[in-house]
Amino acid sequence: MTDKTKNSDRPAAGGTADSAATGEERVLAGTQDRETIIGRAVEEAVLHGIFRGRTVTRRGFIRQLGLAGAMAVIADIFPINAAKALANDPPKDLEKTALKIGFIPINCATPIIMAHPMGFYEKHGLKGTEVVKGAGWAMIRDWAVSKQIDCAHMLAPMPLALTTGVGSSTTPFVIPALENLNGQAIVLHKKHKDLTEASQLKGMTLCIPFEFSIHNLLLRYYLAEGGVDPDKDVKLRVVNPAEMVANLKAENVDGFIGPEPFNQRAVFEDAGFIFKLTHDIWPDHPCCAFACSREFVTQMPNTFQAAFQAIVDATVFATDHKNRKDIAKAIAPRNYLNQPVEVIEQVLTGDFPDGLGNMRHIPDRISFHPFPWNSMAVWILTQMKRWGYLQGDVDYRKIADEVFLSAECKNIMEQEGYPAPTGSPYARHVIMGKEFDPANPQQYLDSFPIRRG
Amino acid sequence: MAVPSDTAKGWIWLSLVVLLLFLGVWALFALTSKTFPSPAAVARESWFFLSRPFYDGGPNDKGIAILTAYSLARLCTGFLAGSVVAILLGVILGLNQTLFKALNPYIQMLKAISPIAWMPLLLYSVKDSGWAALLVVFMASLWPTLANTAFGVSNIKADYLNIANILQMKPLTKVCKVILPAAGPTIVAGLKISMGSAWVAIVPAEALLGSLGLGYFVWNEWNNLSLASVIFAILIIGVVGVLIDNLFSRLAGGLAYVD
Repeated sequence: MTDKTKNSDRPAAGGTADSAATGEERVLAGTQDRETIIGRAVEEAVLHGIFRGRTVTRRGFIRQLGLAGAMAVIADIFPINAAKALANDPPKDLEKTALKIGFIPINCATPIIMAHPMGFYEKHGLKGTEVVKGAGWAMIRDWAVSKQIDCAHMLAPMPLALTTGVGSSTTPFVIPALENLNGQAIVLHKKHKDLTEASQLKGMTLCIPFEFSIHNLLLRYYLAEGGVDPDKDVKLRVVNPAEMVANLKAENVDGFIGPEPFNQRAVFEDAGFIFKLTHDIWPDHPCCAFACSREFVTQMPNTFQAAFQAIVDATVFATDHKNRKDIAKAIAPRNYLNQPVEVIEQVLTGDFPDGLGNMRHIPDRISFHPFPWNSMAVWILTQMKRWGYLQGDVDYRKIADEVFLSAECKNIMEQEGYPAPTGSPYARHVIMGKEFDPANPQQYLDSFPIRRG
Repeated sequence: MAVPSDTAKGWIWLSLVVLLLFLGVWALFALTSKTFPSPAAVARESWFFLSRPFYDGGPNDKGIAILTAYSLARLCTGFLAGSVVAILLGVILGLNQTLFKALNPYIQMLKAISPIAWMPLLLYSVKDSGWAALLVVFMASLWPTLANTAFGVSNIKADYLNIANILQMKPLTKVCKVILPAAGPTIVAGLKISMGSAWVAIVPAEALLGSLGLGYFVWNEWNNLSLASVIFAILIIGVVGVLIDNLFSRLAGGLAYVD
């Protein structure tokens, strides 16, 4: 899509608009004034820099002077307009500007999708870049491998599977940036509303979106911690998210672990309830990523850099809760997610009904953060090994370093004035109260009583 | 037509009664189920799409006329290529009884395979979803025409071929002037079946491959669980299918000949 005015001309969806995304709300607050957004981001970054993250002082300062006043004071001591101009300067010598970027219509892809209507690709010189909707993960993978698309929204385990040649031909892929943390949930049919424990899921039929997904790995982990063997005690079916909700409604399945907005959609359709947010299994777990082939990185280094910058920029923009409502409006239309704005807002703001009659307020229900921790890759690989997807000896660190480009991401974050994690990209993570040490993956694997490999 | 006018009227009335009955049952069902869209809801949704047929909201959101054009273009290209290959092979097989008998079991078997079943194989070999969708249509239109052409050519009256031989026609002239016209009606009947099966195959192919077209529309609306839009798409697919079939019936009528 090149003509934005056409996009906003579209009238509201008629008919059963109650269950369909309406077009009217696609007037994009963000698109109208891209420079204001960038300007605001730079100002924020400068404020951050000056107060070094001491939020209280910063907020107090702004409260007293008002944002405009505060900026005027700071402009005296910091060349803020120069910084704005610098951030607005698109990269040069791009091998290609009109990229095709594939996505699956789910909230995980929020930064990749919104970067189109909100102008992040254009800002970084990628004029004419389009986001193309795929119907399923296998399709996105095939598009990416056969180069029908330049970059893709993938589940974080997918590039690891592609690079190691599990479940497909071996094609080296990289993850320059993660998209979202959290933002998934286990949803059960309303008839199971009294259940609270993993052990009670024994004998159920549950859907997963893809084998090489964080969903599959987290569900298996959760079940196994509750003493349920995911290969023997439950039936796991690979099903597209939309079909998950339809199947739940028809009571063909007992539940699913799915991406948003389909978990919330199940509540909206009065079919199920949110049994467990993945946020409560592993707080700030990785989910989806921005991915491209290593070949793309080497053949088009400047274009890759520009796309990388655009994604980091958009992902950090999505981190801020005050932008979330605008983002919901931008990505709800038929061209993108094709979902009711209301549902998307419930997901992005973290204020949502859980299907059991409670309104919940969990701001971190979904978060966006670009930094790809290498330790997360190691965790994913240990679980792929645990459930028998990966066979033989695995050089965890080597694969993690090859696929998760954390050093490069750190550079870009700093370059764009965003705070980046300092120190090693190998961190310890705590999943359901159990610590994972990336330095000892084999020891970690051996500690699980239920495992295949 | 020579049919008396009152009979003709009766036929139309009956048709209307069936339609009303169908709409009535549907409306009742929608009332009781609460979530299933009513005929009125589908009509409203249809109007929404039909009133902006050439709308272009980006690479993933196009008007229904544009999507139908995508599907028809894919259909025509795949069908034309499939038909040319099928007729050529069919004539060769029809003229050579031994070859025909030898290959017929395979053709019958291939004819029985749903074109969609080829899709993973095609996608794997050509590595491009656009081409794969086209090849699915190609496969769908190949076998019925091939079987019919071979059958039609092998059943041409021996007299015609003898006369052609007496006139010492060149092989190409013989094919164009005698064989194809004589086998014409059978070939067109085969083409009609091919076109039907190609149209049936194109919708799931587009939905599975994510290629723009009516199949994509069905999938995109289903992703939003919007049943009213899905029903609208089903209606469009049906109407276009009937129009294509009618076109072929007219073509077949034009090609009929008298001995």
